[in-house]
Amino acid sequence: MPKPRKAKRLAPAPRTPEVTIPKLTPKRFYGEGIPGVEEEKLKGKLIVVEGADGSGRSTQIAQLVQWLEGSGHATVQVGLKRSSLVSEELDKAQQGNILSRTTLSLFYATDFADQVENIMLPALKAGFMVLADRYIYTLMARDLVRGMDEAWLKNLYGIALVPDAVFYLNISPEQLVQRNFAKNKALDYWESGMDLGLSRDMFDSFLKYQALMARQFTRLQATYGFDIVEADRSPEEVNADLRRKIESVVAGR
Amino acid sequence: MKTFAELGFPGRLVAVEGLDGSGKSTQIYLLKRWLELRGLKVFFSEWNSSELVKAATSKGKKMTLLTPTTFSLIHATDFADRYERQLVPLLRAGYLVLCDRYIFTAFARDVVRTCPPDWVRGLYSFAALPDMTFFFRADLEVSLSRILDGRPELKHFEAGMDMGFSTDIYESFRIFQGRMLEQYLAMSREFSFNVIDANETVEIQQAIVRKLVADRLDLPSFALQKP
Repeated sequence: MPKPRKAKRLAPAPRTPEVTIPKLTPKRFYGEGIPGVEEEKLKGKLIVVEGADGSGRSTQIAQLVQWLEGSGHATVQVGLKRSSLVSEELDKAQQGNILSRTTLSLFYATDFADQVENIMLPALKAGFMVLADRYIYTLMARDLVRGMDEAWLKNLYGIALVPDAVFYLNISPEQLVQRNFAKNKALDYWESGMDLGLSRDMFDSFLKYQALMARQFTRLQATYGFDIVEADRSPEEVNADLRRKIESVVAGR
Repeated sequence: MKTFAELGFPGRLVAVEGLDGSGKSTQIYLLKRWLELRGLKVFFSEWNSSELVKAATSKGKKMTLLTPTTFSLIHATDFADRYERQLVPLLRAGYLVLCDRYIFTAFARDVVRTCPPDWVRGLYSFAALPDMTFFFRADLEVSLSRILDGRPELKHFEAGMDMGFSTDIYESFRIFQGRMLEQYLAMSREFSFNVIDANETVEIQQAIVRKLVADRLDLPSFALQKP
C-alpha cells in the first residue's frame, strides 16, 4: 500500500536552499579574441585577483573557492605559468634567465592562451566561476616596467576575455617585504626585478621594483578599471569585502 | 614597419619565402655559397630554435594540444628567440643574413589557420622587414607533386589536419598549401616581394637572384676584413 500523500506533507518542509542563480552578462574580448568562440555561450563568471606576491592573493582565492562552492557554484582556478603546454619550459627558462624580453613575453602569452582555450573557455561555457590568480595585467605591468611597447602588448592580449570583476590587492612595498620574509625567508629574484639592474642590493631592488610595478598598475587601472582592495588589513576583513563585491557580480548588479 | 637598412643597421637581411616544394631552400643555399666564395660576411639562419622552445613546440605538436592561437604564439616565441639572440646581433655586426622563411610564413600560415590578420601582424611587429624578400612562385601542382610524389609521411599540423579541411591527410595538405599560396600572393605587392618563377630551371632562377642581390646590395662593403 502506497504511503498516503498527506503524511508526507506533514513532515517539516526543507528550507529552500539559497543558491543565487548567476545573472547572465554579455562577455567580450579585449581585442580580436580567439577564433571560433561564441561569446554569448560563456555563461560563467570570470573573477580576477591581482596583486604582488605577498599581497595575500592565494589565501583570498582559497577562501573564495570555499565560500563559492558552499554557495552552490562550481569553480575552477587558473593562474600564470600553469599551462600543460609550456609551464615546465617557462620555469626552466626563468631559472637560467636565458630568454630575451620579447621571447619571454611571448612564452608567457602562450601559457596564458593555452589556459584560456583549454580551461577558461570550457569552464565558462559550462557556467563555472573561474577564479584567476593574476591575469594579463601582471604580465603587461612586468613588460611595461621593462620598457616594452604598450600597443604591442595590447594587441597580444586581445585574446583575453574582459573579466566580470578584477580585484587588485593593494599593499605598500614595505608591507610586502615583511610578508615575503614571513613566508619565504628570502626574496624572489624575479619579484625583486633583479634582471633590471636597479640595484645590486636585493632588498633595495625589491622596493624599487615593486614601486615601479605599482606605478604601472595605477596606469593600467585607469584603462581597465580594477577594483582596488586595500590589503593592509586582516585576511578576514579583505575576504568579507571580496565576498560582498562578488555577490553583486553574481547577482548582476 | 621598416627594413634593417632603414633602421640604420650595418647588416642586411635577405629572406626567401614560398610553398614547401617551391625550391626556395636550394636557391638560398646557392646564394649563400656564391656570397661565401666571394669572401663576404654571410650567415645562413636556419630555423634552429632554442632547446626550451623546441621542447614545448614538439610536446604541443605530439599531443596535438595546439589550437590556432597557441600554435601561432608558440611559433612567434620561437621566432622572437631566434630574432633577438641571433639575427639582431649579426645584423648589428654587419653581416649579410640569409633567412629561409621569415615573418611572411607566419602571416600566411596563421591567417589560413583562422587567426585574425591584424593580430598576427601585431605579434611580429617587433621584427624589422627584410631588406630583400624573394618569393619563389611555383604552380601549386608542381610544388605539391614535389612533396607528395613520394607519399611522404605528412605531419598532422603541417597538413593542417586540425583545421577540418578534409579527413584525408594528402587532400588536407593540398587545400592548406593552396590557401597559403593565396595569402602569399595577396602580400606580394604590399611587402615588395621579388617574385621568381620557380617553374624555371635552378640555374635560371639563381642567375636572376644573384643579379638582383648584386644590384641592390653594396656587396663589397660586406667583405671579411683581412687580418
